[in-house]
Amino acid sequence: MRKLILTTFIILVVMSVFVTGVMAQEQGGTLVFGRGGDTVGLDPIQVTDGESFKVTQQIYDTLVDYTPGTTEVEPALATDWEVSEDGLTWTFNLREGVKFHDGNPFNAEAVKWNFDRWRLEDHPYHIGGEFTYYGYMFQGFPGIIQEVNVVDEYTVEFVLSEKQAPFLNNLAMVPFGIASPEAVKEYGENYFKHPVGTGAYTLEEWRQGDRVILKANENYWRERAYLDEIVFRSIPDNSARFMELQSGTIDMMDGVSPEDVEAVKSSDGLKLSLRPSMNVGYFAMNFKFEPFDDVRVRRAFNHAIDKQAIIDAFYAGLAEPAKNPMPPSIWGYNDNIEPYEYDPEKAKELLAEAGYEDGFEFDLWYLPVPRPYIPQGKFIGQAIQSYLSEIGVTANLVTYDWSTYLDKTEHQEAPTYMLGWTGDNGDPDNFLYVLLDKTNSNNAYESEELHEVLVEAQKTMDQDRRVELYMEAQEIIHKDAPWVPLVHSTPPIALKSNVENYVPNPTGTEKLHRVWLEE
Amino acid sequence: MINYIIKRLLALIPILIGVAVIVFLIVHLIPGDPAQTMLGERATDEALQRLREQMGLNDPLPVQFWRYVKDLLRGDLGRSIMSNNPVSAELAQRFPATLELSFFAIMFAVLVGIPAGIFASINQNSWFDNLSMLIALMGVSMPIFWLGLMFIWLFAVELGWFPPSSRIGVGLDFTPITNLYVIDSILQLNFSALKDILHHLVLPAVALGTIPMAIIARMTRSSMLEVLRKDFIRTAYAKGLKRKVVIFKHALKNAMVPIITVVGLQFGVLLGGAVMTETIFSWPGLGKYLVDAIYARDFPIVQGGILFFAGVFVIVNLIVDLSYALVDPRIQYE
Repeated sequence: MRKLILTTFIILVVMSVFVTGVMAQEQGGTLVFGRGGDTVGLDPIQVTDGESFKVTQQIYDTLVDYTPGTTEVEPALATDWEVSEDGLTWTFNLREGVKFHDGNPFNAEAVKWNFDRWRLEDHPYHIGGEFTYYGYMFQGFPGIIQEVNVVDEYTVEFVLSEKQAPFLNNLAMVPFGIASPEAVKEYGENYFKHPVGTGAYTLEEWRQGDRVILKANENYWRERAYLDEIVFRSIPDNSARFMELQSGTIDMMDGVSPEDVEAVKSSDGLKLSLRPSMNVGYFAMNFKFEPFDDVRVRRAFNHAIDKQAIIDAFYAGLAEPAKNPMPPSIWGYNDNIEPYEYDPEKAKELLAEAGYEDGFEFDLWYLPVPRPYIPQGKFIGQAIQSYLSEIGVTANLVTYDWSTYLDKTEHQEAPTYMLGWTGDNGDPDNFLYVLLDKTNSNNAYESEELHEVLVEAQKTMDQDRRVELYMEAQEIIHKDAPWVPLVHSTPPIALKSNVENYVPNPTGTEKLHRVWLEE
Repeated sequence: MINYIIKRLLALIPILIGVAVIVFLIVHLIPGDPAQTMLGERATDEALQRLREQMGLNDPLPVQFWRYVKDLLRGDLGRSIMSNNPVSAELAQRFPATLELSFFAIMFAVLVGIPAGIFASINQNSWFDNLSMLIALMGVSMPIFWLGLMFIWLFAVELGWFPPSSRIGVGLDFTPITNLYVIDSILQLNFSALKDILHHLVLPAVALGTIPMAIIARMTRSSMLEVLRKDFIRTAYAKGLKRKVVIFKHALKNAMVPIITVVGLQFGVLLGGAVMTETIFSWPGLGKYLVDAIYARDFPIVQGGILFFAGVFVIVNLIVDLSYALVDPRIQYE
């Protein structure tokens, strides 16, 4: 009897926890999201800016999706898939019964139509922009996607001209959201103002320069979104945006200034969320300029810079020191690597060994604009300058306007420079090959050994083998020390404490349909 | 008078052509290009080449210029490189916001600046004169971003009297038509929206109007002081006219020409978009947008925007010139 009472009691407790847990997820309400700029366009394939993707992420779905908070891939509009032995044919089974916001059915025809529109330059609706991300991820037009075939109503097949190991990760990217073909046909060049997808939210109104208002899609194929409405407001000034949050006119914001982080942490009604890093900020040394062709000099620089102190001073502590060229949020990250510790004495020894005990003078290029990975280029440049002066090396600070800076570094004109990268698809290839392969590096780092490993990893479909190869690649890079990897920043997001279940994704945007507001 | 207006409007044409040429050359000759800015870190040579080709930036400059002029003559300002939206649509979307804010800012500047200037001039060297001119001096030298942030902090965050920024609150039932929100809400008889819109206008209009207010006050004072020393003022007093009549009817009217000039010029400047005010108060106007376009090297937007401003400035000047006749009947337009 006693046992029965106890069991009943436990069941009741468990149930009540469960019930209140469910009850807490309240339906309804409007979330106001404050951000630094307006959306450029709402046709995801035509835009390249985060402020556009933040919104299109809510309106569209992709064939596959990132599991919240990670860069792993999970089913979305496609329920499952398989790839042929040779890695060239991918077959996707699509979710049945999904409808676009305009009521048209989502099926294999719609998928084919979208991909054909993106990749074929003679497609009648290959208009309205440059389809930048398609050309970028799939290597031009038509690129490596040779054919898209409708097998049956809910099966679609992609035939590639060459193997692409990160193919699935690419398909999960927000630019490849599937649009309603009928809507694209109807609006033509103006489709970017009339987006129609299958996503959790539909566009209610877009007041350009000011706000985008989204309404919940009542017929969403996943569970209906908790929030009835999301308003994305453009508030360009960081301090003004933070004051909006303090006065309660917005519910959450990104682009929190480092100096406001303490205020968020200490204030009762606010909380802080950190986006897992998918970036790297680095200081590169160009092999074409003496003495940076000497690995001892490059290692000396690695020992000379105190990354943690830079993070404390310029990132409000919200970043992690980098030891690899890619962040830990990416699979295949090699955590066994021993970082070059901060040790000016050792740096001096290495310099002396290389024959530079009296130091030398060179140009240090610092970033002219704030970037997510290096928010204050000039100050961080000055910090590096002063660390290097401690080991007897004189750095002259140099910069240019942003596009000239990019152009000149791309053409290997900078002896040393600060730059960084924000990942696209969460695949190691997107960091290691894109930044450091001999065909891509901006600092004349041309390792044959690394090239072979990276190319093999691109052609291997076996995930375990790829992990091994990327581990190896990071060891080679560590040994050669072409950069001083500086930081992986974790951009802070400030929220009112009643905003629940917000899970920031490393890729930079996330779906908000599971977010709710507590009363 | 009509002839004069037509003549002045015709004179707009060579001005606009000149502006078009200069702006085209400036934006194309400064370093950096939109493809580079758009791709950012992803700007590989191959990707750049492809994008430049698509944007038509690989053609020689004279070819690009000819294409631009041809389109311009047909009234086509082109499409934004960033958003692919027609330039005219982008300008039409944002100019009303700038116009509305400028109008209320200049109203504030005139309604405070002119009376302050008059009062200071008739009480020259009094404490009021010294104080108001000190305030005017501070107003002229105040960095607007600081003033704006202080306004938001004090009146929105601490006191909660006004909303911190933006044109209208969230959740109000309101659909813009002309994008002049005040007029739209009146047309729709939507008074709860009107109240909210005016409430939102106060802080940015006062912040933006502070510098023009100071300039107008100083100009009014010096212009009035000059007129008050004239013989006919002494005559008016000698005739036994009341002080009020002498000041407002005789002195002010004669002092008005330079004041109108300053008000007109200030209004023209405000219409050029107040970048700082728009940034701090999240005001979706033209100034901030144009600056962003310059950073992004969005050539069509920069060209179209500056051309548009040149036109607006000339028209404001014309209106100023015409209004001289209202205060001084000796001025006639041939």
